[in-house]
Amino acid sequence: MRTRDPFSDSEAVRGLAREIAREAEELEARLTIMEVCGSHTHAIARAGLRSLLPEKIRLISGPGCPVCVTPVDWLDHAIALVERGDVILSSFGDLMRVPSSRRTLEEIRSEGAPVEILYSPRDALKLARSRPEKKIVFLAVGFETTAPTIAAALVEAEAEGLENFLILPGNKTMPEPMRLIAGDPEIAVDAFLLPGHVSVITGSDAFEFLARDYGLPGIVAGFAPTDVLRAVLEIIAQGKHGEAKIVNAYGRVVTREGNQAARKILDEVFVASPARWRGLGEIPASGLDLRPELAHRNAALLPVELPEPIEPPGCRCGEVLKGMIDPPECPLFGAPCIPERPVGACMVSSEGSCAAWYRHERWRNMESGR
Amino acid sequence: MKIPERILLAHGAGGRLSHELIEGVFLPAFSNPELESLDDAAILPELPPGRLAMTTDGHVVDPPTYPGGDLGSLSVNGTVNDLVMVGADPLYLSWALILEEGLEGEKLRQHVESARRAAEEAGVTIVAGDTKTVPRGRGDGIYAVSAGIGVVPEGRRVSDRRIEAGDAILLTGTAADHGATIMALRHGLEGPGLHSDCAPLNHLIGELWKGGIDIHAMHDPTRGGIATTCNEAASRSSLRFLLSAQAIPIAPGVYAVCEILGLDELYLASEGRALIFLPGNQSEAALEILHAHPQGRDAASIGVVLPAEAGHAPVELETLSGSLRPLDMLSGMDLPRIC
Repeated sequence: MRTRDPFSDSEAVRGLAREIAREAEELEARLTIMEVCGSHTHAIARAGLRSLLPEKIRLISGPGCPVCVTPVDWLDHAIALVERGDVILSSFGDLMRVPSSRRTLEEIRSEGAPVEILYSPRDALKLARSRPEKKIVFLAVGFETTAPTIAAALVEAEAEGLENFLILPGNKTMPEPMRLIAGDPEIAVDAFLLPGHVSVITGSDAFEFLARDYGLPGIVAGFAPTDVLRAVLEIIAQGKHGEAKIVNAYGRVVTREGNQAARKILDEVFVASPARWRGLGEIPASGLDLRPELAHRNAALLPVELPEPIEPPGCRCGEVLKGMIDPPECPLFGAPCIPERPVGACMVSSEGSCAAWYRHERWRNMESGR
Repeated sequence: MKIPERILLAHGAGGRLSHELIEGVFLPAFSNPELESLDDAAILPELPPGRLAMTTDGHVVDPPTYPGGDLGSLSVNGTVNDLVMVGADPLYLSWALILEEGLEGEKLRQHVESARRAAEEAGVTIVAGDTKTVPRGRGDGIYAVSAGIGVVPEGRRVSDRRIEAGDAILLTGTAADHGATIMALRHGLEGPGLHSDCAPLNHLIGELWKGGIDIHAMHDPTRGGIATTCNEAASRSSLRFLLSAQAIPIAPGVYAVCEILGLDELYLASEGRALIFLPGNQSEAALEILHAHPQGRDAASIGVVLPAEAGHAPVELETLSGSLRPLDMLSGMDLPRIC
């Protein structure tokens, strides 16, 4: 009855899980694999893959959920913009419940603030055309996957002379935080599950530095259960042979060079800049700021009054994002921090490590930590 | 009597325009002696023996018209189904509308006509109604509020407290059609193969009663979908439900919409399906009855009830991969994911 998806096929998945169990027996130590894509976090939890893997394989989540790495003061800035009175905020749905220093976008909307949930930045262009008396500020978050669509919307607005469309730049790029994690002796990651969607844009070559500079294997993987399990198998094989290679196991959509058209439009609109990541701090060249010639579309340059940022006390999102602790080790996990009333950003999106764990793993008496 | 071109505030003010609306739109659609008396309340004929069941429901669907139904049919079917889910035979409904100033009269007529047809199909009588208007910009075109009464005949006991380990969980058709259709429309993804499953369930479920099936509990998985409905029932019965992803019938169009929009079909509403808990040994007989009815062609046994067990969520899904995935309650609104 259901559309049969060969990548989720029960027999194929069980077969791979058995093969992994067999191969992992020969491993000398536990292997920690970090995924750095929120869609992987979501897919792994949703397919229940942890329950199929042996003790020796530990999957941990890195900073791959766009809303989870968005810092508190960036959200404060978004809220300050709407308080100007001439701004309508437009946003992806995930951002609505992310805590700022004071309130969430969902809360200010319930108090009457104009905040529109959109699926695509192009919908913000439509909004800008229909409300010429207001500035339509699109909250630009997301990685290499989302940034090109935002760039395209900016190009379209420029061509059309649509003056009231602006963005609050907050896009981030993936390779740099991985460099930070790979080089941090406190974070013992043995291998990376590389982000499939991001790699479509960047190309798998963008991750060669992991093997070259840090001696870590990395597998570009898709999001079906068999994709993830095949990647785990490849990592075990490299581990056993003492190898460290970047392998593209998602060849049906990822090339070495990436999507040139998307990279070109990114270059036209954005420039690499230092960016603050929740939990990781400021990382050089990890953000996408607007080029100076597009300053008139940069909502961050509009005058606003910003409050002193307040990080939620007790929240250990930072350590969760670095894979140093599993979500249940945070004292706030489950009470008071739950998906309906998140304290930290990792509990907001279904791609957030904490939310994925809360929904899918909290019933299992999983041994956590290292 | 002429149908107004557009609704004016005065159509809800109780004066001459209100009367014109009643005479021109509502009475012709719902003619019956109880309504036509136009008294402050309807006086009902003697009811069949049994316990009285009553329910009420508000309807604010956006968009109000979609493939497979509209607010008119949804409000009637939703109320009928709420009664059916407790074992009642639905009999009488009230139906009130809140109209936004400026609504096209023709649209109103279409919703009224759909409600009339739905009531006729379900075999219920709309005996009371009301119309109010709100200024332009203060409503979403049209809202409906309905209430219904029915009678639970002797011998039917339907309650989550009757669910027991060993029960089978049946779904009377494909999951999530209504919710997926609405979400698709909101995002410009409409296409063939996507339509709401909105329908009255009393005839389909009536066949099971006639067939002597001992239904322990029943729910229509509306808001929050199968996952949320199962969680509610599991928490009331203190048991564990194990569902099978392989067994849950999903229309290909619904599956595609969920993939594109990042939605989980197990959390999307149906408006014409029932989840039925019944003794495991009656499962096959029940399916045979359901399959013989046009509304139940896709019915399937989608899970089993087990004793509660430590380390397991109250509701779990055996995924296509063979792993177990806890199914939690729906959390907040089902917000679209970014990437």
